[in-house]
Amino acid sequence: MKTFKLGGIHPEENKISAQQPIEIVPIPQTVYIPVSQHLGAPAKPIVEKGDLVKTGQLIAKGDGFISANVHSSVSGKVVKVDEVVDYSGYRRQSIIIESDGDEWVETIDRTPDLKRECALEPKAIVDKINEMGIVGMGGATFPSHVKLSVPQGKKAEYLIINGVECEPYLTSDYRLMLERGREIMVGITILMKGLKVDKAMVGIENNKPDAVRLMKDLSSEFKGITVHALRVKYPQGAEKQLIKALVNREVPSGKLPIEVGCVVQNVGTAFAVYEAVQKNKPLFERIVTVSGKTVKKPSNLLARVGTSINDLIVVAGGLPEDTGKVISGGPMMGRALSNTGAPITKGTSGILVMSEKESKRKKTMNCIRCGRCLNVCAMGLEPFLLANLSENQSWEEAEAEHILDCMECGSCQYTCPSGRPLLDYIRVGKNKVAQIIRTRKN
Amino acid sequence: MNSIILYAVLAMCAIGIVAAIILYIVAQKFKVIEDPRIDEVVEILPGAHCGGCGFPGCRSLAETIVKRGSLENLNCPVGGKKVMGEIAAVLGLVAEEKEPMIAVVRCSGSKSNAPVKVQYEGASSCSFLNQLNAGESGCPFGCLGQGDCVTVCKFDAISIDPVSGLPVVDNDKCVACGACVKACPRQIIEIRYKGKKDRRIYVSCVNKEKGAIARKNCSVACIGCGKCVKVCPSEAITLENNLAYIDFEKCKLCRKCVKECPTGAITELNFPVSKEMTKVTSEIEA
Repeated sequence: MKTFKLGGIHPEENKISAQQPIEIVPIPQTVYIPVSQHLGAPAKPIVEKGDLVKTGQLIAKGDGFISANVHSSVSGKVVKVDEVVDYSGYRRQSIIIESDGDEWVETIDRTPDLKRECALEPKAIVDKINEMGIVGMGGATFPSHVKLSVPQGKKAEYLIINGVECEPYLTSDYRLMLERGREIMVGITILMKGLKVDKAMVGIENNKPDAVRLMKDLSSEFKGITVHALRVKYPQGAEKQLIKALVNREVPSGKLPIEVGCVVQNVGTAFAVYEAVQKNKPLFERIVTVSGKTVKKPSNLLARVGTSINDLIVVAGGLPEDTGKVISGGPMMGRALSNTGAPITKGTSGILVMSEKESKRKKTMNCIRCGRCLNVCAMGLEPFLLANLSENQSWEEAEAEHILDCMECGSCQYTCPSGRPLLDYIRVGKNKVAQIIRTRKN
Repeated sequence: MNSIILYAVLAMCAIGIVAAIILYIVAQKFKVIEDPRIDEVVEILPGAHCGGCGFPGCRSLAETIVKRGSLENLNCPVGGKKVMGEIAAVLGLVAEEKEPMIAVVRCSGSKSNAPVKVQYEGASSCSFLNQLNAGESGCPFGCLGQGDCVTVCKFDAISIDPVSGLPVVDNDKCVACGACVKACPRQIIEIRYKGKKDRRIYVSCVNKEKGAIARKNCSVACIGCGKCVKVCPSEAITLENNLAYIDFEKCKLCRKCVKECPTGAITELNFPVSKEMTKVTSEIEA
């Protein structure tokens, strides 16, 4: 069975919400919609206090090429355009809308029928995706239209669809594949058309055999799509690792997947693309896994963007008493929240609740030079060295050791027997080195 | 047998002589003539290589001083008046009179003033915590208390107070090199006049949020009310983005603003207890 070669770990899978069907979260009274839910420049608000908006109406316009439109997720009145404390405790510009029901923009097709044929030209498809504010749904939230605009001189050969979901606990992509498989397939054909490629590969880890089977069956109905089961290994969901596993090509350091003729999109993105192109529906809701060993009712919830994280936890049975940490995303790459009142965004794939005991870090001890972090690093880096260089502020050396290739999967820190905060320091270094490179360019 | 040893010794001698001649010619040809005064200045400089003067290392400063032939805008913060005077004497120049400076930590968000809301247990690095979230107290401008300024200080002049969780600058050890200013990801530390008898007055807050929001996280935040601006007789205080700032070049240390500040964001250091305060305390005692 296929997988990537270098490094990788196998953390406890804990997919406890796997058998829970997608459940719709009631529309909240007030939504807080951040204007920056994607990588790149924040969108510019185009509504003002007092404006009436409908569900799916454009409320903030993408600013520049690497940016994304933001749409209202409820219908109602704009109460304020102000800075709101986000999950990290910092204040970010958001649009606050008080909901008065759920009246959708007329152009959105709300019928559940599958619409298979797409008559649009490739350029029109990419424009549509841009207009509907689609971003990568796997968590990195990179604007999708940017990925689909292949730079001159490069040619895409393969569209790679990421159904790996290698993060423990998360099951949102899995449920989406089981319940909306056909729509995902249509979404993939649209993406293929937009990219002008005739081959698409779907990668799914084989801890989801029913999803693999279903997607394989469905793929026979569509031309050019193949589904591949992959051996379970973290971080297989990372672009470069997935490309290595499926087409056995290596993306050079500092380059994008298009360099080896690949474009990677998440299954969630494929579904969002289907809805955007075929149903005219902007991206204003997504599936969020709410899970954790102490959570009463681990669930997969379909929630509107801007719903507070607290509301989602309430639907999943409320916050357990001995909660130590609430994490946005998965346990490996997610971020602990400072504020559970913060809203979910386009990139929130999961909310993970951890008990006091689980959430405690190991005590930090000295590095014993065991080399385990080297063995597990999927990028072939030396995490202990990068962390040390970063701690000692040797930025030039860190750059020479390819610190920017680190994708922050956290395997090194997970495996470190001394509980060293390797990734913490590598992140400091990455930030600093990127800053130095930017100033060098100017 | 003997002749072999003789030839070997002779050959070695010949090679040695040829090499010596080449080396001598090269040395003469590529001789670097350096001003001997540079070495003299380096001798006087403290040799801390802290970068506080703005040059990479003491030698670099010495070269610049000798090259420019004047001490204008050049200063060794570590050596201060004494060292600059000595350099001036050696070079026959006039040393600029420099007001002694010191690093000042402009945050009073101690554990009691700005209580911990979320616990952090990652790497002790302010720059990382700053990247990650707003910090334990929730104030997005306040001190993160992980000690990046302590690590970077070469003079052991700054330390984190275990009770308040804030950095404390040692009055005698700090040389105002400015390393901590650069290390702090939140620009909390500032180099200010040391002041007569080490007396200083400054706004101990850098929070630019609106008053009500700032006060939610910290009881001693500057709320930008502007009372201090009105009361200041020497026009030293300016208010920008809900934050007051005292210009240390204009401040006459009259302490009027300290009494006026409703939140206690303005800090005075090393002043004797004011007469009014003594009166109040004596009344209470009586």
